[in-house]
Amino acid sequence: MYAAINFMNADLIIQRAEGLYCPVGDFYIDPWQPVDRAVITHAHSDHAVRGNAHYLAAAPAEAVLRARLGDIDLQTLPYGESHDHLGVRISFHPAGHVLGSAQVRLEHQGRVWVASGDYYLAGAHADSREDNATCAPFELVRCHTFVTESTFGLPIYRWQPQAEVFAAINAWWRGNVDAGRASLLLGYSFGKAQRILKGVDASIGPIVVHGAVESVNRAYLAAGVSLPPTQLVTDIADKSLIKRALVIAPPSAQNSLWTRRLGDYSDAFASGWMQLRGARRRRSVDRGFVLSDHADWPGLHRAIAATGAERVIVTHGQEAVMVRWLAQQGYEASSFQTAYGDTDDSDTSGEFDAGSIP
Amino acid sequence: MNHFARLFAELDASTSTDAKIAALKRYFAAANPRDAAWAVYFLSGGKPRQVVPTAVLRALACQRAGIDDWLFDASYQAVGDFAETVAHVLPPPERQSDIGLADWMEMRLLPLRGADPEVQAERVAAWWNELDTAGRFLLNKLIGGAFRVGVSKLLVQRALAEGAGIDAKLVARRMMGYTDGTVAPSEERYRDLTANADVGPKDQGQPYPFFLAHQLDVPLADFEAKLGSPSDWGIEWKYDGIRAQIVKRGGQVWIWSRGEELITDRFPEIVASAMPLPDGTVLDGEVVVWKDGKVAPFNLLQRRIGRKALTKTVLSDAPAAFIAYDILESEGVDLRERTQCERRGLLERVVAAHSSIHLSPIESRPTWQALSALREESRARGVEGFMLKHRDARYGTGRRKQDDLAGGAWWKWKIEPLRVDAVLIYAQAGHGRRASVYTDYTFAVWNRIPKDAAEAERVVDAIVRREPAAADALQLVPFAKAYSGLTDAEFQHIDRIIRQTTIEKFGPVRSVKPTLVFELGFEGINRSSRHKSGIAVRFPRMLRIRDDKPLHEADTLQSLEALLALHHGGEQAADTDAGSGENEVDVQAVR
Repeated sequence: MYAAINFMNADLIIQRAEGLYCPVGDFYIDPWQPVDRAVITHAHSDHAVRGNAHYLAAAPAEAVLRARLGDIDLQTLPYGESHDHLGVRISFHPAGHVLGSAQVRLEHQGRVWVASGDYYLAGAHADSREDNATCAPFELVRCHTFVTESTFGLPIYRWQPQAEVFAAINAWWRGNVDAGRASLLLGYSFGKAQRILKGVDASIGPIVVHGAVESVNRAYLAAGVSLPPTQLVTDIADKSLIKRALVIAPPSAQNSLWTRRLGDYSDAFASGWMQLRGARRRRSVDRGFVLSDHADWPGLHRAIAATGAERVIVTHGQEAVMVRWLAQQGYEASSFQTAYGDTDDSDTSGEFDAGSIP
Repeated sequence: MNHFARLFAELDASTSTDAKIAALKRYFAAANPRDAAWAVYFLSGGKPRQVVPTAVLRALACQRAGIDDWLFDASYQAVGDFAETVAHVLPPPERQSDIGLADWMEMRLLPLRGADPEVQAERVAAWWNELDTAGRFLLNKLIGGAFRVGVSKLLVQRALAEGAGIDAKLVARRMMGYTDGTVAPSEERYRDLTANADVGPKDQGQPYPFFLAHQLDVPLADFEAKLGSPSDWGIEWKYDGIRAQIVKRGGQVWIWSRGEELITDRFPEIVASAMPLPDGTVLDGEVVVWKDGKVAPFNLLQRRIGRKALTKTVLSDAPAAFIAYDILESEGVDLRERTQCERRGLLERVVAAHSSIHLSPIESRPTWQALSALREESRARGVEGFMLKHRDARYGTGRRKQDDLAGGAWWKWKIEPLRVDAVLIYAQAGHGRRASVYTDYTFAVWNRIPKDAAEAERVVDAIVRREPAAADALQLVPFAKAYSGLTDAEFQHIDRIIRQTTIEKFGPVRSVKPTLVFELGFEGINRSSRHKSGIAVRFPRMLRIRDDKPLHEADTLQSLEALLALHHGGEQAADTDAGSGENEVDVQAVR
């Protein structure tokens, strides 16, 4: 009784040392330290850590979660279905970020909070051509309070149409085929790699993937996402094929011994950070393709506006900028300090490399 | 512009020299010569005077993007480049255009200089609206100058020469002064660059491309083996001045800086001393301030350059002189293929017979060890060490490879830098490739030796609590900024620590909890009333991270005082409160 009164107007999500915490339901969302009950937005390793006693995630996330974390106590819910826990109604809604990624909707006594996790949508206006084709597209969920990520929360980040990005990748690949060298495209093995596979013109040449990408591909294929056929570099008997191949590997493969098998190659990096010349030059790759699995500046604003939320809590990324901007727009805005990567404004870990998948 | 934008994208995308040369050659082969003339200008570092003030561009960009000033600032901090920031924040274009580079410059941009700010804003807004992000970025660069494309002037010269089937050195010579801003690029000037060898340039004041020296990184013990006997070398002191050529032809004198800037007007006394030289003479040497029969500290020259008007006081406080060390042309004949030894003989005769120009003395000692001992006098003499020039060497173009030490190169055998262990207290993100990485640091030393680790620790705790230090208490005093000397990996490492130990953010600057000790090296040290520490250092850079050094063992103001005394050999060091502090003077900026 006492507790119920206490919770009447209390926040549904607060920040604790272990992670974002729901006091009413006594569970965490994407804790960065192991806890008893963890609700997981997606399977990237900075959001789904090892060692939680119980996991709850969206159903399409299961294969990758299990591939990464092994035999865990995992309960799943299809998108849109709800589960009641200590009076809190929990449901998952597509975030468009990677396979199985979800926003977590919490409802308690008529109040609705949504924690976005990482999410992707692009541009100021809805356009299905810009959806992430490898997973369910971002769903707008109405709520009173929206906890939003802010990885690319600066007006310099506006994604160009996907079709243009893939056309540029195809042209680069074709050019390399003509020049007789392999095309090494670096991208995070979980999410980015599959988006590239899905988007490129597979008729240009063979596609080779790094082992870390291959294991995630299997989870995508099992989930019914169609991808073009790929080979492992060790499967290729005729080495001249590699000169015509698009080779997809995690960023950690850059300049590694593994790349020696490729012979002469041109390298490129696919990431939202490639928007900036400085980031591209720091990466020291021949080409940078701006392909992000996070919302761009107009996308963030569209999502926030569409939730109808009056209160917005900003997490990982450009918290200070977003909070100030939102306050100017009349929102009640604040931030949580989270430990998802070191996103600040470095380009090292904003999009997490799941290259360690066994 | 689209054609040039494609070239820019290709140059920017590739890290391979061959690919860049190929892209340049393709461009020059296809481009309209009027456009190519401007492309050469920009790619070789030409900077037109800013057509539209940055403040106008910035306000306009904010207005078009619908963002506030602070949001533009936050964006700029992430991008690290003004032109690029503007290009990214603007809304998508509504039209398309394709106007050649020359027309952009001559019909659109240059006529806008000095126009009413409202007219400027209206035009620029319309242009932004017809260009994509890459085109806008280029346009903003054309307006503001400061192109950095990752192509050196040498690459441009090579591409032009290969395309025209002529010697790259000839192109280099013809290109001297191409970017100095006195004559606009034109179809005619472009054609002159690549004309056949017998159609020479007509400009009388043309200097020769400077032969650059590079650092000798060999231990003394290996000198004999790698360089041979000292008697094979012309050994001169290395002056800390402005490298320059004096050209005397047709009764007129021109002075060119190494940055290919014409600096004749800045140094009337040198012009006067060069007037008696016979026509058809070109000397290579160093502009210095000469006082009391010797070279004065560089700061005085810097102060001299900083002055717009050359008043009597300036001329008498900082009288300039030219120290000649090479002759490139005599009686109108190009001497660059003669040996160093022959040129030196000629130089001595010409200088002795005709002018009051100083001659760089040759030092000789029988062994490298003896020379090394002599080199120890460098600081007292106000020089940076020795220059080694092989007796048989030709006067080359540009830099040489390091593998052949006894070959044609000129070697700088500089004295060891002054060293101090200092504490990092502020950090700022870099620009360009280093945007968003904290690479620009401010360093401090203790105002006295801490009693022990605990006392230093208490000061650090007070800093973290943001308590102001009492005037007479132990404290860290900032004295130098440095942003070079670390590898990319080291910068990444320090960047992480800075983010973890940030105390406060002041715009782009972060104050950090003092935990990191660095060994700093610098070339010179002087008193300065403009610095809190009372001391200014020259060319400070990071030599290494001193992970092994506890904070309380970092150096003190007294250590700096000791270096000051050592550096000036007991003389009173000049107070250098004028000029722009400790950085290398940018002769390019002198107009």
